[in-house]
Amino acid sequence: MEILSLLGDGMVLSLQPLNLLLIIVGVTVGLFIGAMPGLGSVNGVAILLPITFLVPPGSAIIFLAAIYYGAMYGGAISSVTLGIPGASTAVATTFDGRPLALQGKAGLALVAAAVASFVGGTVANILFTAFAPLLASVALSFGPPEIFALMLLAFATFVGLGGDDIPKTILSICMGLVFAAIGFDQVSGAPRLILFDINGFLKGINFLVLAIGVYGIGEMIWTIYSTRGEITTTKAEISVGQIWRDIKEVGQRGWKGTAIGSFLGFFVGILPAAGATPGSLMSYGVAKMVSRKPDEFGKGHPGGVCAPEAANNSASTGAMLPMLTLGIPGSPTTAVLLGGMVIWGLTPGPRLFVEQTEFVWGLIGSFYVSNVFALLINLAFIPLFIWMLRMPFTILAPLIFVLSVIGGYAALRDMFDIWLLLVFGFGAFFLRRFDYPLAPAVLAIVLGPIAEPTLRQSLLLSSGDPSIFFTRPISGPIMVIAIILILLPLAKFLRQNKPA
Amino acid sequence: MRLGEIITAAILALLAIYLMWKSTSLEIGYIRGEGPGGGFWPFWLSFIMLLSTGWIAVNWWRGTSPPSQSDEPVLDAYGWKMLVFVGGGIAAFVALIPIISMYGAICLFLIYYLKFLGRHSWFVTLALSIGLPIVFFFFEGAMRITMPTGMSFTEPVFNLLYDIIY
Repeated sequence: MEILSLLGDGMVLSLQPLNLLLIIVGVTVGLFIGAMPGLGSVNGVAILLPITFLVPPGSAIIFLAAIYYGAMYGGAISSVTLGIPGASTAVATTFDGRPLALQGKAGLALVAAAVASFVGGTVANILFTAFAPLLASVALSFGPPEIFALMLLAFATFVGLGGDDIPKTILSICMGLVFAAIGFDQVSGAPRLILFDINGFLKGINFLVLAIGVYGIGEMIWTIYSTRGEITTTKAEISVGQIWRDIKEVGQRGWKGTAIGSFLGFFVGILPAAGATPGSLMSYGVAKMVSRKPDEFGKGHPGGVCAPEAANNSASTGAMLPMLTLGIPGSPTTAVLLGGMVIWGLTPGPRLFVEQTEFVWGLIGSFYVSNVFALLINLAFIPLFIWMLRMPFTILAPLIFVLSVIGGYAALRDMFDIWLLLVFGFGAFFLRRFDYPLAPAVLAIVLGPIAEPTLRQSLLLSSGDPSIFFTRPISGPIMVIAIILILLPLAKFLRQNKPA
Repeated sequence: MRLGEIITAAILALLAIYLMWKSTSLEIGYIRGEGPGGGFWPFWLSFIMLLSTGWIAVNWWRGTSPPSQSDEPVLDAYGWKMLVFVGGGIAAFVALIPIISMYGAICLFLIYYLKFLGRHSWFVTLALSIGLPIVFFFFEGAMRITMPTGMSFTEPVFNLLYDIIY
């Protein structure tokens, strides 16, 4: 009952005029950002983070969470209409969304995405409300060894479950962690890793520089290069009657995919560093596996749209749980949100639920409100989004470049960081060309300042004995799981290389 | 792509070695009573980076990674052209900011991109390249974040504009 009372208070708070306005604006902006090829929730949240300094922290996080929510809905739009995912979280949506559009059923695909996203978001909100305080109370007993073990698990999840090239993933993580160490040693205060003796590195590398460089500049150059200006659009006809018929069809053919995506997405989303992309891909795979007609998947099955879309919305809410309760982001977007919370003077972690009750429950309440508004705005604006996506890419791209530079400067107010942002952008383009995953580097630069001190504090506590991580009741099992996840691909590699 | 992948791995290996060397300016071992030294964390992470590049090189040699199996060039003619015109345009945009101000640079960049790369009409080009800096200027006023105003010759213009928003 206490939870329901707190949730009620939170919903009242999120319905206050300023917060409600921010939710509507955030969801709408998020829908547009998510629908734009080359831009995802992480870009939107990173680029618009500086705007939130205008409002109180509680309203700021509601605004950013609404953008995150809206982007999860919007990601499907360009996957269906353009055949290119609006964000990595909508990659799986392309598999069946695009064939549906090519069959003249773009409306069905878009409605399936919207309805599944709503159901996924609602299921995740209920699970979040039920489990967040429980996990928060467990998390109160976490010390430096436990937190470091969780950090290791976050990186291990990327290595073991990420699906990308393993050595390139490891390199990406380590590079992000080393970049996070540039500046001053947190313990001794001595300058550290001042690359090429350039004074600009003395203040370290802000995670926003890397995030906007990679996602704002790098991804956009990549999109220009990979699409070669040959983005084809599909006309989608939407009317109220057609939407109703599509909803009924989604109910009949997409319910199983929606259910799988809603639950699987949430639990994958909770895993540190897993996030919505693996959640949506896994849900698509499971939905196909359990379908009576798996052959129809990939050729235009509504279930193939519902599963990943329910999952990416559900996972996006799930990823908020470890971020708020443990201070560990479950996705690149929550990593940027985490950075924002630190800037606003809030410390995510177990104490947040005790010390900032209004903030936490206001945010949770806003999830419910955002979900309803996201569905309504999405359905109402589908024709408009399709029109917007017909905006020539030669207008969209320079606008995003300008926004990236302004966003980077507004946050840091230093030209050195803008140059660094460009270096990261061009570097990201080339690394992506060679299949280096870059999301782990962004996560690592956010987690680095947490991981390093907890490792050093733990080793100081144990006088340098690393067994401290394995002998404590919470950190021990987490370390074992993390090590197994790291060793899995290594074992696979060795097995493949075993002499005949 | 095949040659490009090993060259990229070699560059990253050199970066890892450089980072290891820079890390040694602080203690990389355990200091009694103080815990691990300041260089411990970046040194060993850079070492893992170096090992990863070795692993990438093994995969390249065995031809198991997609780029190592590809005969495509890293960038074809379109890619180089795109990089020079788009990437060069962005670099020029950033270089112009300290000279002609953020707004002047945005205006010129948009004219360049929309008219010369996008081949849009002068109406669309001028509407966006003049309209957008105006929108951002009011954004600056609302945010109270001063954007770069360029060299001193832009001062009279900005004095006038700041009287409007502040």
